[in-house]
Order: sequence, then C-alpha cells, then structure tokens
Amino acid sequence: MSSSQVLNLYFIEARSKLIDVAAFLDRVERAGGDDDFRVRAFREALRALAAEGGGAHRAENVLLAFSDPTGEPVERAGGKAAAGAWRGDAE
Amino acid sequence: MRYIEPHAHMVSRTTDDYQAMVLAGCKAVCEPAFWAGFDRASAEGFRDYFAQLTEHEPARAAKYLLPHYSWLCINPKESENLTLADEVLSIIPEFLGRPNVLGIGEIGLNRNSRNEVAIFEKHVDLAARHNQLILIHTPHLEDKRKGTRIILDVLKNDPRIKPGCVLVDHVEEHTVGMVLGAGFWGGITLYPESKCTPARAIDILESQAGSNLWLNCACDWGHSDPLSVPKTCLEMRRRGHGAESIDRLVFQNPVRFLSQSPHFTLPA
Repeated sequence: MSSSQVLNLYFIEARSKLIDVAAFLDRVERAGGDDDFRVRAFREALRALAAEGGGAHRAENVLLAFSDPTGEPVERAGGKAAAGAWRGDAE
Repeated sequence: MRYIEPHAHMVSRTTDDYQAMVLAGCKAVCEPAFWAGFDRASAEGFRDYFAQLTEHEPARAAKYLLPHYSWLCINPKESENLTLADEVLSIIPEFLGRPNVLGIGEIGLNRNSRNEVAIFEKHVDLAARHNQLILIHTPHLEDKRKGTRIILDVLKNDPRIKPGCVLVDHVEEHTVGMVLGAGFWGGITLYPESKCTPARAIDILESQAGSNLWLNCACDWGHSDPLSVPKTCLEMRRRGHGAESIDRLVFQNPVRFLSQSPHFTLPA
C-alpha cells in the first residue's frame, strides 16, 4: 500500500487509540498511581514509540520495553496471570 | 473463502459458534488441550477431558459438518504440581491413537518457572518417543520473549526434534524472527486485547512474506472471537491481498503443517 492508502485506512483508528493512551495516563495521574511499575514500563514504551529512526521496529521495541530481559527460569510461578510489564529483579 | 481454524478451545464455546464458523468458510477446527480456568483436582479429571476432546467434541462439531481435531497435554498453567503433571503425562499415550489426535499441545511455558520447564521437557520427550507433532504455547505479555527463548533452547537441544514438525504459537513482533529463524513454524493469534490485532498480524505477515505461518483465533472461555480469522482475511483484502495469498495463509499452510500427522485428512 502507498503511504496515503495506509493513512486513509488507519489514521483515524490510530488517532483514537493515541488519545485513549493520553486519557489513560491522565486517569492514572489523577488517581495518584504514577509510581507503579506498570506506569514506569509504559513511559519507557512511550519513549520507544517516539524514537526517531526506528527502522519501522516501533511495535517490537514497545513490546521489548514491557518484557522481562532476564534469561533464567524463576524458582516458582508467582500466580498464573502475567501483569503486562516486568516488575524488575524483585519479582 | 475457505479456512482452517488451527487453534480453538471449542469445549468452552456454544454450538452457535460452530455454525458461525462453518458459515464463514471454516473447513476444519483443531483444539489443543487447555487450562479449564481452574486447576483440575486429579488425573482422572484429565482422563475425562481427553475423552471430551477425542469423543464428544468431534461429535458436536460433526453436527455442523465440521471435522474436529485435538492436541493433548497438561497445560503449563498446571505444571507447578509435578506429581499431578506426571500422572497426566502417563495417561496421554492411551489417547494418542484416537483418530482425531494430531499430537502433543499446547505445551510450553506460562510464567517461565523451573517446574514449567521440567514438565515442558517431559512433554517434548513424550512427543519424540511417540513421533508426534508439537504445538507450543508461548507465554503472555512480559513473559513472552524470555519464555520463547527458553522454549526454543529446549527444542534445539533435543536432536530428535525436527523443527518442521513443531509450531510455536502466539508469536508477536519481538518473537517471530527467532522462531522462524530457527526453522520452526509460527502461529499468529488474533485477540481483542493481548496478542495481535488483525492489522498487526498482517504487518507481521507482510514483513515475513512466504514464511511458515498460520493465523488462529485461540478462542476460549475468555474475551476472544471465534471469527477473528475470517475477519482478518477481510482486512487483508482491504489492504490489497489477493485471494490466492489469503488461501495460502489460512488454508494451504495449515494443511501443509497438519498433514504431517497421519490422522489429518484434507478437508473437502
């Protein structure tokens, strides 16, 4: 697809999702949850999103910003559900 | 349009979903063993579940003229109980000869724990000893990249495992390269919130053109959509993909992988 075709197909949807992200961060801030590990990961992901010269790897880099970077298995599963962002070495 | 749904937990769905899938062009559905949403209390509970997957669910699907296949395992979510997992592993061979069983799956990791890795290795050994195809579940969200790496290491360290006989499911942008690069098949799962949207799935497909990939809905008892594959086909058409390339992805590719099992027959 050409650039204009991509924009015609996806711009409004992406714009809507971006505003949802902004509103989500406003909501978290109003609720005083700014220091949560998920918010910290979210802000790192936003930096990856905004980086110039990403070589069209923004989605991959955002996923990496939320990912556990370690390599060894954990001793025990801490519950069945993932949180969406890595808690850090204290997990 | 015709397609195969290679990953759907139909025991959690209504017959209305079977009807809708068939009307949308589904020619066969494959159901991996899954976690029930709660931990089963005994291996006998799994024996009942495997009977459901190999007897009752195929009969339910047949009412809508839909061939139903299954994969067997204990899910990684239940791997922390090593005693129970070993008991379940011991009864799986009783069911491998059933006519709709395609292999061992969906096995893999959930939270990347040592017990999960140990039970995953035992499943891989079981598949190798019985010459079975393998369907892999990769972890969710922040655990996916690390878990996928551990899974690939286990598979690559077992010389009996042929990468072409293993499909690693739920790949995303940060894992698809390592899966395909190691020679394994990859599955892209379409979910409303986690995993991939149709637009992202097509982005991955376009960047990995010609690769051994399939699409699946992985619908279960949670927020999921049994029609996400045909909906993604519509999105592909909106992006200019032709009928042949869509058919290759959602019908020919699953047939190519699944036909490695002697139990799979080409849908009419």
